[in-house]
Amino acid sequence: MPTPLVVSDVAKSFTMHLRDGIRLPVVANVSFSIKAGECAVLGGPSGAGKSSILKMVYGNYAVDHGQIIVPYGDRLVDLATADPRTVLGVRRDMIGYVSQFLRTVPRVSALDVVAEPLVARGIDRTEARDKAAALLGGLNLPERLWSLPPATFSGGEQQRVNIARGFITDHPILLLDEPTASLDAKNREVVVSMIRGKKAAGIAMLGIFHDEDVREAVADRIIDVTAFAVQSEAA
Amino acid sequence: MSDTPLLKVRDLSKFYGSRIGCQNVSFELWPGEVLAIVGESGSGKTTLLNCLATRLAPSAGSVEYRMRDGQFRDLYRLSEAERRFLMRTDWGFVHQNPADGLRMTVSAGANVGERLMAIGDRHYGNIRATATDWLGRVEIASDRIDDQPRAFSGGMRQRLQIARNLVTNPRLVFMDEPTGGLDVSVQARLLDLLRGLVSDLGLAAIVVTHDLAVARLLSHRMMVMKDGHIVETGLTDRVLDDPQAPYTQLLVSSILQV
Repeated sequence: MPTPLVVSDVAKSFTMHLRDGIRLPVVANVSFSIKAGECAVLGGPSGAGKSSILKMVYGNYAVDHGQIIVPYGDRLVDLATADPRTVLGVRRDMIGYVSQFLRTVPRVSALDVVAEPLVARGIDRTEARDKAAALLGGLNLPERLWSLPPATFSGGEQQRVNIARGFITDHPILLLDEPTASLDAKNREVVVSMIRGKKAAGIAMLGIFHDEDVREAVADRIIDVTAFAVQSEAA
Repeated sequence: MSDTPLLKVRDLSKFYGSRIGCQNVSFELWPGEVLAIVGESGSGKTTLLNCLATRLAPSAGSVEYRMRDGQFRDLYRLSEAERRFLMRTDWGFVHQNPADGLRMTVSAGANVGERLMAIGDRHYGNIRATATDWLGRVEIASDRIDDQPRAFSGGMRQRLQIARNLVTNPRLVFMDEPTGGLDVSVQARLLDLLRGLVSDLGLAAIVVTHDLAVARLLSHRMMVMKDGHIVETGLTDRVLDDPQAPYTQLLVSSILQV
């Protein structure tokens, strides 16, 4: 799988039906691909469409135009047009995602939140929990928190749960939406070395990092999102 | 998830005189998939659910179900005996009001055991043991097994109704506002329980709800209904995070932030 992710000619806009159908163009002509073992970083100011690109690749945002091609089983899938079942399958087996904020579920412990992607792939629960514990330990999350639901955790604690959950699987593609935003220097360093570990394992990564030090440390390439800005179409 | 759907719905419509209940609804449901039908009161979501679950005869269209032998059968061409057997064994139906799905004057254990007896279980000890096990799984203490649901709180009644429905290992469960009348802390517990059971048992489910948070938590896929029509359908997080239809945008933007 030398190039697990190919994005070609993707366009995205939002139509605000509650605001007289006003159309907000976000990006157009987005084309790039990511090789195995490569970490590409989306660059550009806030509002340029970095998160939107990440969310389209995860199937979380609809795509107006273009293709997002990912190998799945023995075929290639276009996530821009794939049906929901296929998108869920691709997420289970191909694409991991570390979001900026953790969506917590009542009563589910941090350990189980982290273990869940493995359990969903049919790994034994005990084994999945062991791996989750190792990751949370590595990220310096105090052990007394592991059995608690993360709803009451601090921002940095929640983010570490989120990171552990995203990194626990060996998905060939990993999307990172500001994974280090609310972490202290020591834990940022841990995440940098985890990203390097994924690179060495041949994982293709696409990320957003506002922290310059982290970006310098992990990025093989910057994809300048301002190049995908939509030219004013009114004129 | 297997490659064959469990349920195939084609152009299903229900009219009440000249009024539309639901119109031209088509979709497929796969094993292990949870589908949420959302929309406001009067949008036709419960009408649709009842048409799917053979509780209400549709005016037009077909609903085909893959039986345990692998054959698809049109639900509205089944004999009454076949239909009843299906509802007792392979299906569950969780009502918004537990009193509609429970027998309020027999014990909790008997409410669960009754479904087992309906599929031919006759050994009292086994039935009681299974009932006790299921009460535990829905977090009802075993010393309440001989109490009648009349003596239970709303949340306990709803959990008992779920146990009664799941005890026969159904493949498909219909739920009509399963957390409807419950206060939020009780709701959270029930949702978490349902989420766990649905994924552990690999159940397919169709959940009608007006609560988008319930849809987000439980479902893989969503259909948004308005005035009897499906206005948007797709992956649950896609529909909620990037709604396309004007009505869906209105629904999503109307959620109060806590």
